[in-house]
Amino acid sequence: MTTLLRSRITLIWFLLVGATALSLEMGHGVGFENPRHASVAIIVIAFIKVRFVILEFMEIRHAPRFMRIVGEVWIVAVCATLIGLFLSATH
Amino acid sequence: MPGEEGIWVFVFGDMMVFSLFFITFLYYRGQAVELFAAAQTHLNQAFGALNTFLMLTSSWFVALGVHAARRNLGRVTPICLMLALACGFGFVVVKVFEYSEKFRAGITINSNDFFMYYFMFTGIHLLHVLIGTGVLLFLTRQSWAGTFSQTQIRNLESGASFWHLVDLLWIVLFALLYLIK
Repeated sequence: MTTLLRSRITLIWFLLVGATALSLEMGHGVGFENPRHASVAIIVIAFIKVRFVILEFMEIRHAPRFMRIVGEVWIVAVCATLIGLFLSATH
Repeated sequence: MPGEEGIWVFVFGDMMVFSLFFITFLYYRGQAVELFAAAQTHLNQAFGALNTFLMLTSSWFVALGVHAARRNLGRVTPICLMLALACGFGFVVVKVFEYSEKFRAGITINSNDFFMYYFMFTGIHLLHVLIGTGVLLFLTRQSWAGTFSQTQIRNLESGASFWHLVDLLWIVLFALLYLIK
């Protein structure tokens, strides 16, 4: 049980929770002068979290190559599209 | 490949559907930034953050349960799955509180575009959570004896993949609905 808890997935869980706390703070304007920059960072962090969930929790890191490629392409394509849409909005 | 092939077809299909939801939301947000920003201030970020924590923790327990089954750690798997289930129920309870807070404030799906998307997307996601808790319940019962055949491990992996999907969709919904300004 102890070895199980000390595994890589526990470290990933810590990172995911930490990244959530960081995003929450950035949502309150910590670290950025411009809230738009903070929002772009929040979207990027969300997709870094998603990548961890896909590669580590869903175990796509060890899955056949094409599944990993599909996963990675989805992450980059959706993240880039969302950032593009966010920035093209007239504020 | 972890789990059954069919579950991955479903997972990818669902990811595509939610991608469209995310894109639709940001597109219409771009048409009415002030309205969306004003409406967003009525969301309770604490509820959203708590649910993110519950979802991540639940996913972690499920991953631990799968690893425990592969190592034949007996009852550790059903215990991990029950802890994951508890987090899943917690998510639903928080959502009920959150929705009722909105209804009490007179906010409904018809209030404006922001709340239409908010209720629609979080509602569809909540449906996934409910289906997922059903799956976790089934897997807990199946793993109760603490011994695992290859088929049981595959079932566990398939169910786990669905639950992680529910987790990752929430991560993006939380960022888009609650956090970006």
